[in-house]
Amino acid sequence: MIVPLGHVLILSTILFFLGLVCVLARRNLIMILIGVEIMLNAVGLALVGASSFWQQLDGQVFVIFLMAMTSAEVSISLAMVVYLQRRKGTVDVRAFDEMRG
Amino acid sequence: MATIVFYILGAIAIVATLLSITRNNPVHAVIYLVNSLFALALLFYLLGAPLVAAWEVIIYAGAIMVLFLFIIMMLELAPGKKADRFGPGWAQWLPILLLAVALGACTLLLTGLDSAGAEGVPRWYATPRDFGYTLFKEYALAVEIVSFQLLFAAVGAFYVGKPERKKRARGGV
Repeated sequence: MIVPLGHVLILSTILFFLGLVCVLARRNLIMILIGVEIMLNAVGLALVGASSFWQQLDGQVFVIFLMAMTSAEVSISLAMVVYLQRRKGTVDVRAFDEMRG
Repeated sequence: MATIVFYILGAIAIVATLLSITRNNPVHAVIYLVNSLFALALLFYLLGAPLVAAWEVIIYAGAIMVLFLFIIMMLELAPGKKADRFGPGWAQWLPILLLAVALGACTLLLTGLDSAGAEGVPRWYATPRDFGYTLFKEYALAVEIVSFQLLFAAVGAFYVGKPERKKRARGGV
C-alpha cells in the first residue's frame, strides 16, 4: 500500500479550501476562474484516491466527466469574461455590482 | 518509495497552488497552476490512474491553461500601468482565511477521528483497456450526454462571444 486514504483526502481538502479562498477573496474574474479550477482538481484527486482505495474504475470515469464539464465551463466563462471586458473595460468584479432593466 | 514521492508531490501541489492564488499577475498565477497540475497528474499516476494522469496533462495543463493564457493576453490583463487595481488588500483576505482554516480544521479532525480511512490505498493499476470498457459499456449514456454538453458549450461560447452590434440588432441582452 502507498498511503492511508485519509492522507489523500486531507491533501484534497487542503487544495479545495485553497481554491475556495481564491474564489471568495480575489476580485479578478480570471483569478476566480482559476480558483474554480483548483477546487475541481481537488475533487478529482479525492475521486481518484477513492477509486484506488476500493479498486473500482467508477471514480476515474467520474474524473473524466469532471474534465469534460470543466472544459465546457471554462469555454463559456472565458467567453463571458471577454463579453464583460468589452462591456465595462475591466475584469474587476466590483464593476459588475449593479443591475439594469 | 512511492509513499515518500506521494508526500513530496502533495507538498509541491500545495505550495504551487498557494503561490498561484496569491499572484497579482494572472499569467504568473496560471504558470504556477500548471506546476500544481503536473504534481497532481503524477499523484494520479501514483494512485493507479495512468490514463487520467495523461489527460490531466493534455486537457488541463495543455488545453485549458493555454485557453486562460490566450484570453489573458488577448484582453491585455497582465498588469502594466494599472497593476495595483487587481490586488485585494489583506483585510479582505482575513475573513475568508479564517473561514477556510476553521472548515479545513474541522475536515481534518473528522478525517483523523474516523478510522475508516486509516487503511492504506493499495498498490493498484487501472489499465486503459479496463478503463475504456467501463467508460463505454457501463457509462455509454453519460458519454453521449457529455458530448451534447460539449456541443452546447461550444454554441454558447460562440453566442456570448459574438460582437456587440449583432446582438443589439437581434434585441438580445
